[in-house]
Amino acid sequence: MTIELYRRETSVGIAIVVLTAVLAFKAVGFFTVGNLTDLLLANMPVLIVALGMTLVILSGQIDISVGSVFAVCSVAAGVLAKSGMSTVTVGIAACAIGACFGALNGVLVAYLRIPSIIVTLAAMVALRDGLRWVTQGAWVENLPANFQWFGLSQPASQALTFSLAVTLVVSAAWSLRNVQAGRAVYATGSNETAARLAGINPALITFSVFVITGMLTGCAALLNSVRFDQIPSNTGLGLELKVIAVVVLGGAAITGGRGTVFGTLLGWILLGMIGPGLTFLGVSAYWERAIHGTIILVAVAADSARVWSGRNAGNLAATGA
Amino acid sequence: MAPTSLLQATAITKSYGDLKALDNVSFELMAGEIHALIGENGAGKSTLIKIMTGAVTADSGMLVVSGEPVPHNSPTVARKLGISVIYQQPALFPHLTIRENVALATESGPAWRCINWDRRHQRCLTLLEQAGACLDPDRLVETLSLPEQQLVEIAKALGASPKILIMDEPTASLSDHEVERLLGVMENLRSQGVGIVYVSHRLEEVAAIADRVTVLRDGKHIATGDVKSVSSPELISLMVGRELSSVFPKREVQIGETVLELRAVSSRMSGVRNVSLEVRRGEILGIAGLVGSGRTQLAETMFGLTPADSGQIVLRGRPVAIRSPREAIQLGIGYVPEDRRRHGVALEMPIFANISLANLRSVSRSGLISRSRECELAEEFIGQLRIKASSVYSEANSLSGGNQQKVALARWLALRPDVLILDEPTQGIDVGSKAEIHRLMGDLAERGLAIIMISSELPEILGMSDRIAVMHGGGIAGFLARSEATQQKILTLALGATG
Repeated sequence: MTIELYRRETSVGIAIVVLTAVLAFKAVGFFTVGNLTDLLLANMPVLIVALGMTLVILSGQIDISVGSVFAVCSVAAGVLAKSGMSTVTVGIAACAIGACFGALNGVLVAYLRIPSIIVTLAAMVALRDGLRWVTQGAWVENLPANFQWFGLSQPASQALTFSLAVTLVVSAAWSLRNVQAGRAVYATGSNETAARLAGINPALITFSVFVITGMLTGCAALLNSVRFDQIPSNTGLGLELKVIAVVVLGGAAITGGRGTVFGTLLGWILLGMIGPGLTFLGVSAYWERAIHGTIILVAVAADSARVWSGRNAGNLAATGA
Repeated sequence: MAPTSLLQATAITKSYGDLKALDNVSFELMAGEIHALIGENGAGKSTLIKIMTGAVTADSGMLVVSGEPVPHNSPTVARKLGISVIYQQPALFPHLTIRENVALATESGPAWRCINWDRRHQRCLTLLEQAGACLDPDRLVETLSLPEQQLVEIAKALGASPKILIMDEPTASLSDHEVERLLGVMENLRSQGVGIVYVSHRLEEVAAIADRVTVLRDGKHIATGDVKSVSSPELISLMVGRELSSVFPKREVQIGETVLELRAVSSRMSGVRNVSLEVRRGEILGIAGLVGSGRTQLAETMFGLTPADSGQIVLRGRPVAIRSPREAIQLGIGYVPEDRRRHGVALEMPIFANISLANLRSVSRSGLISRSRECELAEEFIGQLRIKASSVYSEANSLSGGNQQKVALARWLALRPDVLILDEPTQGIDVGSKAEIHRLMGDLAERGLAIIMISSELPEILGMSDRIAVMHGGGIAGFLARSEATQQKILTLALGATG
């Protein structure tokens, strides 16, 4: 779970090192400060939402509504900013809106016990199309000047964004490992009955991970919105797939109970740098998504091969072969 | 007529990596014979079975079925040869009904044939009856308990009209009454000339039903002989390679004051009716009864999973309400559930996290889990319970059944509870681990723990309990003191017979 650095993290780490080395030889231009900053900022929402998704997947659930929640939060943030609210208030509002949708998903999954794939599929479609209907496809434009870059200078705002992301990653990793509630997330995903018998409230844990994911999605939406002077109403399209890909690539078992924030971080780095990296190496950008898909398939296949051989060994031990 | 040989496995060797699961093992099954296959967990029984059913391929050796060599065995080939198998863990389709499960295993024909629903239903009923199960064929398998699922498996195997029937601990989850019926079914099959390979940890069953017995130990063939010519203690010493002092080392323990008392407790949710009982410090209270008599439900009510809605629970002299497992834990009650893989251990989690799971507060400093304290705790119990694991970081997945059960037990012992409820604590684990768990129960009772032990195995109930509560239909049919209890008396109460 947390101590044994599990092969997936090692192999993703090696892939990152190899890619870095190739780029260092073939395309030194990749490593300019400007390029790396752009890359990090553009991928920041994926990382922040992936933290929430790590919790959701660890607890044995899935949330495919994050892309739509992201869009709703972004547009809402833009509208609120235009109405003259201070940026801080807008930020809090975006997180709160995200948390509300997370809570809705959470109640349906945890207490009404509807499968999370169905609940969040419904939320994904309903929010996306609801947003299209409300905005009539119009973008939020003419954002107030104090909204862009939080009204700070660009470097200062970027520093703020980075430090916020680092804080979120570190605290997620730290609490999953050291806080009792973090352990309860693993237990719920690994064996819900055993968790309940051990005095854990699995429904509360499930509900909470959805709320946290919604809140982080709202936060990511705000950090993304301030980078541009307009907010497209179709923003965040396909975000859920990228985020799930990052978490799964990072070694989290899609069935729950196994995975780490560190793995998610590595998965994010690899998936984030591979597309642009290939562009620098002269491979057409059209290949990016195909390569993403291939990497995920390879990672998951490697995982099931591992689980399969592990299960055989387990059976051996358990049944007395 | 001389008995014909149905199956011959000669000089079978099979390795998994460095581990030699089977080393030059030979085995023969005659028509009309029940051949018991016994050995501790890890002795190679399951591998041998899997080679007969084609689930794994031997590295070397020969398999001959009905006089024909079978060079390339596979599950399909084995089925065509008339080999049918019942595994310890039922493998059914949970979302289909009993009838469909049985039909899938027994009906054949083209995919587009017309189904005669009446006949399918009747056939299912007949097979269930033969298996000794009183179940509605329309029930979904997911609503069945483990023993009920096992009975469906047996019905499935019977429906395939096998020539060779392999049973891998089919009785592990059955109550004695059901076991008796199953043994009847087996005798019937034997008289029809079916050869049965019977794997069991319950030696009294082997003695009662088998014709011959083969003992395996550490992947090697130790002995094959007539059941009549060996005694149970001899078999045990062949299995473990050493003499066990006694199967049930019941110790004399000073019994103290009452810890837990139930007064007319009922729970509509679980079907527990009007149960009154008490258990004292140092006492082991055995709870016997048929499957479905409400034993597990009673445990769940005491542990707050299905809280009592009438009656009174008194703990250490004070009336308490137990509305959730969390409250039960805080009051010092531990519960090791039946079916450890489903309810007990979190398989993906490492051993240390499994042991501390119910007890995170005690390994935490100011609300934060201390990994070092956690590992200390785990090391302590690995030593105390003799859990065989490569390290505290190994996933529970990697342990054998007996060791998983010890991990589940350690989780509750780590709480230092006053009352420990054990539901089928030794189900499906090998003789050695079983003896250790019994020894441990003795230790715990000596330290003043009150233990409630649910078991379907009468010798275990008789051997370990100070007092026995026999359940029937959700209530308690009667109590028996250790000195007066016999298998007959327990069964009479369990069957609901009066007098």
